[in-house]
Amino acid sequence: MTGVLQAIRAALPSASVEQVNNPSPCAQHSLLVSCSDALAVAEFLRSSLGYDFCSNVSGVDWLPRKVKEKAASPSPDDAGKDPQETVEREIPGFLEVVYHLYSIEKKSGPLTVRVRTGDRSGNVSVPSLTPVWKSAELQEREVYDLFGVRFIGHPDLRRLLMWDEFSDHPMRKDYVAPDDYEYEPTPHDRVLARVSARTEAA
Amino acid sequence: MTGMPSRMIDVSLGPQHPSTHGVFRMNVTLDGETVVKLQPVFGYLHRNHEKIAEGNSWLAAMPYTDRLDYICPITNNWAYALAVEKLAGIEVAERAEYIRVIVGELTRLQNHAAFLGFVLGDMGAWGTALMYAFREREKILDLFESLTGARMMANYMRFGGCRCDLPPGWIEAARKVADEFPAFLEEMEALLTGNEILLARLQGVAPLASGRAINGGMSGPGLRASGVDYDIRKVDGYGIYSRFKFRIPRGSAGDCYDRFMLRVLEARESVSILTQAISGIPDGPILNPKVKQRGFHPPAGEAYGRIEGPKGELGFYLISDGSGRPYRFRIRPPSLINLTLLEELCVGTKLADVMVILGSIDIVLGEVDR
Repeated sequence: MTGVLQAIRAALPSASVEQVNNPSPCAQHSLLVSCSDALAVAEFLRSSLGYDFCSNVSGVDWLPRKVKEKAASPSPDDAGKDPQETVEREIPGFLEVVYHLYSIEKKSGPLTVRVRTGDRSGNVSVPSLTPVWKSAELQEREVYDLFGVRFIGHPDLRRLLMWDEFSDHPMRKDYVAPDDYEYEPTPHDRVLARVSARTEAA
Repeated sequence: MTGMPSRMIDVSLGPQHPSTHGVFRMNVTLDGETVVKLQPVFGYLHRNHEKIAEGNSWLAAMPYTDRLDYICPITNNWAYALAVEKLAGIEVAERAEYIRVIVGELTRLQNHAAFLGFVLGDMGAWGTALMYAFREREKILDLFESLTGARMMANYMRFGGCRCDLPPGWIEAARKVADEFPAFLEEMEALLTGNEILLARLQGVAPLASGRAINGGMSGPGLRASGVDYDIRKVDGYGIYSRFKFRIPRGSAGDCYDRFMLRVLEARESVSILTQAISGIPDGPILNPKVKQRGFHPPAGEAYGRIEGPKGELGFYLISDGSGRPYRFRIRPPSLINLTLLEELCVGTKLADVMVILGSIDIVLGEVDR
């Protein structure tokens, strides 16, 4: 992982790439790439580092979170206060697209690459990596469909699983499912209303 | 007949169509009989499995995974259990590792048997070949029934092991099935693989170069048929696969015939793994006693775990926030991603070949649409 990070920094010195640590025992750490550099980094990973197989593309919806942190080193004026005082900091929510890359040539992987949007609004976008790995095509369409992330440069960005007229994004954490997806007023409703009016009158 | 006016025809194949292996639809544009454009339409079986799993406990997602690729529920269980074990750093009981390999390879055998029958059906040999294949698949489903209580919806794996131990006499029955399976493959080959019609329908149809296969995300037998030496059982050596001797069959042209024959060759290797695992299985517990299955709380973090499923790379990407439910539960479905190259494979072929190409990729709609 650090080797990959160094190679990227050496080849693309202006690219903003940082490591995100994973506390799980599997220690699959990941690379956080800024939206503006994602395409260049992806192309470098594929052509120079041999990551020829983009296995998995997932969307993740991160709600705003509050994290408790130890306060910054107390100044001499606060000497009397408890040094263990914690402050609450709010991390704004964002949407994230995670790519799991493997190298079939070198039989190595997974390399986890993350790209983040600025916020969770309805109009967020990240660059599409389909021009680099064709295998991302249907998966990015799925992320667009279920999470509402637009992929700039995708050749055919349409909904994949929900129907075209559907307007929401069901995998977002704050999505509320309707009672009935297929409800629409039918002539049958008028019949029912007439029957109930008649029974009430009687 | 020059100068005769002609125009393209749009045909909607599916979703109700006997050759689409479920509710899959393709909008095909035809010039005469030749395909010039093909647009797959997904989602007829979509129930948002991932959302359901994110609203349930970690263990409650296990029976739902049975319904992904419903031909091979046990390997789906395995992939999910493997990802959770990676996430939480759980060790699997030794005997359970052997049981997993045995039921996993049996699953692969019955999947490939069904595949052979279905592809023959797609070519027009409807019925007979499928009945021969299902006769063989039935024997394996009987084994699953006596082990798990269900022929298909097994719900068999648990984090750190398996749900129940092998019943008495099961191992002998499994050995008998494994020993008899090569006879079925030979029968199938004697009947079919030299058949002139079969060769004409499969050879040279929709060849796929290795570079395109890799870039397009093809995995499993479809990838190896294009000549790529990549089997996750060898590469990752997950479970105890590194202890067994087996070969990785490869194709060369990557056409429908290679994809077809690769399953036959792979089934032979599975039989070899099965006999090794059956003779090596130790006694002992089948579940890691330290793992609390109900009320399971893995530490915060994330993990991507994958196995070589019968249809390709089946992976689970899980994120835990330390609570009793997965924060993110993502399935990498081989059936969906193997369809990325479908249009590329079909354009330029005849309409009748589309069915064979789709059949040779081997999809299940429960997994495509999730």
